[in-house]
Amino acid sequence: MTTILDPTDERVPVTRQLSPRSASVSGRVALLDISKPRGNVLLDQLEQVLAAQLPGVTLTRYKKPTFSKPAPAALREEIQRDNDFVIEALAD
Amino acid sequence: MATLPVYELANMDGVRVSSPQDEGALICFIKEDCPTCKEVMPVLDAFFAQYGEHMPVQVIGQTQEGNSALATAFSPAFSILDDSALQVSFAADIETVPTLLHTDANGNELTRLVGFVKDEWQTMASELDALTGQQSISLNWSGLPDWRPGCGSLSVDPANEPRLRAMAEGSPIRARRIDVGSQDDEFEFMFDQGFSDGLPLVPPTPERVMAMLAGTSRDAQEVLGEMAPNMGVVTVEKVAINSVMAGCKPEYLPVVLAATEAILTDDYNIHGVMATTMGASPVIVVNGPIRHRIGMNMGLGSLGQGNRANLTIGRALRLVVRNVGGAKPGETERSTLGNPMKLTMCFAEWEERNPWSPLHVERGFSKDESVVTVFTMSSGPTLIVDQDSRSASQLAGTLGQGLQAVMSPKAYGATDCLLVVVPEHVDTLMRDNYSKADLRQRIQEVSAQPLRELVADAKSGTGIKPEMAAQMDEATLNKLVSKFRSDDDIHIVVAGSEAGKFSGAFHGWVTGSVGSIPVSRKIEH
Repeated sequence: MTTILDPTDERVPVTRQLSPRSASVSGRVALLDISKPRGNVLLDQLEQVLAAQLPGVTLTRYKKPTFSKPAPAALREEIQRDNDFVIEALAD
Repeated sequence: MATLPVYELANMDGVRVSSPQDEGALICFIKEDCPTCKEVMPVLDAFFAQYGEHMPVQVIGQTQEGNSALATAFSPAFSILDDSALQVSFAADIETVPTLLHTDANGNELTRLVGFVKDEWQTMASELDALTGQQSISLNWSGLPDWRPGCGSLSVDPANEPRLRAMAEGSPIRARRIDVGSQDDEFEFMFDQGFSDGLPLVPPTPERVMAMLAGTSRDAQEVLGEMAPNMGVVTVEKVAINSVMAGCKPEYLPVVLAATEAILTDDYNIHGVMATTMGASPVIVVNGPIRHRIGMNMGLGSLGQGNRANLTIGRALRLVVRNVGGAKPGETERSTLGNPMKLTMCFAEWEERNPWSPLHVERGFSKDESVVTVFTMSSGPTLIVDQDSRSASQLAGTLGQGLQAVMSPKAYGATDCLLVVVPEHVDTLMRDNYSKADLRQRIQEVSAQPLRELVADAKSGTGIKPEMAAQMDEATLNKLVSKFRSDDDIHIVVAGSEAGKFSGAFHGWVTGSVGSIPVSRKIEH
């Protein structure tokens, strides 16, 4: 029998679970622009539609400094702390 | 004071015998093919007869066949214990056989006799006689030689030592051990586990990883950083494991470590480089004395195949990104086409053929330092063929025209490049004493375009949008734009064979803080 050493970061494989989906949208919704070109256009449209259809919902815009890097930890924490939903715009 | 390890070894009848506990003991390590060990077998038998009732007297042999041969030849009253795994010999720090140990009730060594020095063995016998309250041992000492050197213990044989060190307590290895089933092919197993870049890997056995770690003086558990996208913790050990798999020699490890540190920086941004659909990948350039020490190729075919150091260092870095960082094609690695440079791309600069400052000196290091520089390419090496220019300005002009196509002919101020100038082109440039600065300037001059030429048109929809151009006045439209935002975005090295007028260009990816900025790191042993 050959023994080899694990070349990976050894995290236990976990199947990622989706968060429970709510039947309705209420409370606070984050609109996250990842800084890809025209992501803001998509979010502008979305914001108008949501504001008209869901007047009780608080919409807040956020923006990653660049699409090419992970969102800074502070931004991730802020979005998580202050919101119930996130809509992220990927665009080009 | 050394302490006897705790062990349990099988005797000649297969009965497990424990290391002495709570009492003093006499332990001797031997191996059959050592003449001195054969010489002391009758002495050990006499010791066993004299002291065996008062304390454990154990004789430990290093091969099963050898133990049987010794038992047959000498018919001792004791049964030789089997340490063919050599773990007890290693843990007891036995370098020579025979080694005779006298230990106290706590396992502490009171005496260690190495080889056979008659006076020493006699002294020990007298002490043991006194200790056990017996008359002097009956032994024909005069029939024994005064002195015989011992032989090397198998536990320090280079064929065994790395494995034993890896298995021993206090081993620097902490990685999870994976037992590949005896019916499994380890090469197929590694493919199945997803460790591979698509080519076979060298199995990273503990002994190979130990040998690899000998290539650096750094602690195996030193953390180099966290690798995106999984933010996996990169230790020296993990880099060593992946370097074994890539086929590196231990002396390459410091280069792989420095390259890993370079790509872990925010400037380099390995996350973006791997995730982009554009298909970017690291290019490693090695400068300084280490190039020669580890036999890197900087001449003929240095960007191609055939040199172990060039190929495996680049591959090791990519395996670290894949296995520790978790960047895999189809997951967070999203390259539309991919490119073969994603397997490996590493070469050395031919500094001795470079009339200018080598790359690392330009980037702030001294000439005698060994340095790795990692650049991000999206394609290349693309050849720029010029066999005809006889003046520096003409040749530099051709290079500028070639570089105009980087990313796309209308992509201006967006990227950088790594230009690999071949020796024959160097000679043409030096005919007019061109400096690197001259070369960069000429490239910028030739590739510069008025803004109006960069507007999207019927030939190509890429470039400045016509509606934006419509807002510009004539002066703005006539303004010359440089291909590269700064001359510093043109990185220049020398490599290649003496024959051939084809310089090569690695086209950059998105440069600057939203993309990837080249990073250099000193290579530390």
